[in-house]
Amino acid sequence: MKYEMICSGFGGQGALTVGKFLALAGMNEGKHVSWLPSYGPEMRGGTANVSTVISDRPVASPLVTTPDILVALNQPSLDKFGPDVREGGLIIANSDLCPGGFEREGVDIVFLPMNTIAKECGSIKVTNMVSIGALLSRSDVVKIESVKNALQELLAEKKPALLEANFKAIDEGLARGKA
Amino acid sequence: MKVLMKGNEAVAEAAIRAGCRHYFAYPITPQSELIEYMAKMMPKVGGTFVQAESEIAAINMVYGAAGCGKRAMTSSSSPGISLKQEGISYCSGAELPCVVVNVQRGGPGLGDIQPAQGDYFQATKGGGHGDYRIIVLAPASVQEFADMAAQAFDLADKYRNPVMILSDGMLGQMMEPVEFAEPATEDDLERLDKQHWDWCMHPNQDEPNHHHHEINSLEIDPVVLEQHVIALGKKFDRMEAAEKSWEEYNLAPDNEILCVAFGTASRIVKSAIDDLKEEGVNIGLIRPINVWPYPSEAIAAALTDKTKLVYTFELSLGQMVEDVRLAVNGKAPVEFYGKVGGIVFTPEEVKDKLKLALKV
Repeated sequence: MKYEMICSGFGGQGALTVGKFLALAGMNEGKHVSWLPSYGPEMRGGTANVSTVISDRPVASPLVTTPDILVALNQPSLDKFGPDVREGGLIIANSDLCPGGFEREGVDIVFLPMNTIAKECGSIKVTNMVSIGALLSRSDVVKIESVKNALQELLAEKKPALLEANFKAIDEGLARGKA
Repeated sequence: MKVLMKGNEAVAEAAIRAGCRHYFAYPITPQSELIEYMAKMMPKVGGTFVQAESEIAAINMVYGAAGCGKRAMTSSSSPGISLKQEGISYCSGAELPCVVVNVQRGGPGLGDIQPAQGDYFQATKGGGHGDYRIIVLAPASVQEFADMAAQAFDLADKYRNPVMILSDGMLGQMMEPVEFAEPATEDDLERLDKQHWDWCMHPNQDEPNHHHHEINSLEIDPVVLEQHVIALGKKFDRMEAAEKSWEEYNLAPDNEILCVAFGTASRIVKSAIDDLKEEGVNIGLIRPINVWPYPSEAIAAALTDKTKLVYTFELSLGQMVEDVRLAVNGKAPVEFYGKVGGIVFTPEEVKDKLKLALKV
């Protein structure tokens, strides 16, 4: 099985981190992974995005052009990559920053007010984690425990206070994504 | 244990583990994570890190450290590598082992900061002046990028010549799982040092004539220089005979098309080959791992009477394709497809080109 994903948002929203934690989780599950960010001037204030591939086989091209899954944390990301999502694919979008919405047949689209949910969980910084929860409510690309373990490893020492908010955000995304 | 790391950081960590204790560079995108990592880690292992005033200064600091028999490295991206060419020529002339990493970006000139392979000519045909050759390793994954650090130092020591790792912005910026070799021990470092004591500048007063060692690339007497260059030439011949390396992917006697691609481009081509395989079309790939010396014989050997076309894919206007043509030597038509300016072709584009060629 191979999953190709694009995670995209404004610089600072944590879209690249979504891809990173999915890749980390995949790697710890023994899968082949790659994480290829957009880099350069567009990251300042513009749209930052990352191609992530998680596969049972070695990853050939790390460049994702027709994603199975799109995480769009803002409207420009949704407009830019939404049309490229593979038929039968999945789109997770942040409705707080996607006022224009998005219509497309043949894909599963989940809109969640991620900024609002993140604030309820304790910090706007965990907006991206809401999207991971929502993603994993609709797809088994990686196990939720693998993501949480990766988070635990990274944050337990550095920012233990933020760890709880992150877990809460994932759980909330998971619950609301299912609904 | 595997860790998820950017290519730029992985090659830096691997170089330190391979015994590199002297690193000099000047920052440039998309290579800067490498220098950043070295700045952070070198002091922790008792090494030397200098952010030089320029790329030219950095390569000449490498010249100095290598002349003392130490494992020294510098890195940059395309425009900065151009600046280092004089120093690389000097290192080769003075027979100094060192490692240069190029994380290529779009050119010519300042170009842009996206991945490209337009430095192939510069890397493989002698970017500096004079009769010299350097071994050029071209990774296609973060793991390979990291593994090539130790390999490059070993080759540099073996031949007393600079070795280049020719990477690109995609491999530098991308994160993939990577597993590192055990770090060099104090004993290893001492052994690495001592292998050069018969020629290098070093503080061992017991070694006979130690102060008579001379590190120089200037030889004003043409009769003497002639012999020096002839000897270098013989060394380059030995390198060419012993250091070819390539990967064969999906090669089969019934391949109608043989693809040739290296580095990042080869990853994209592999995706296209995998897709076409699912559609029942078999296409083979030869990926040169070392781009100098070039695996010409491997390409020639992969040609069969079924081969209708040899298709070369590069992120340039077509540079390696000249070596492919030399290897194929008229036995099959050679086609080229490339993207420039930091644009990377997609697997779909490559697939379309291959289908068009096969008329399927």
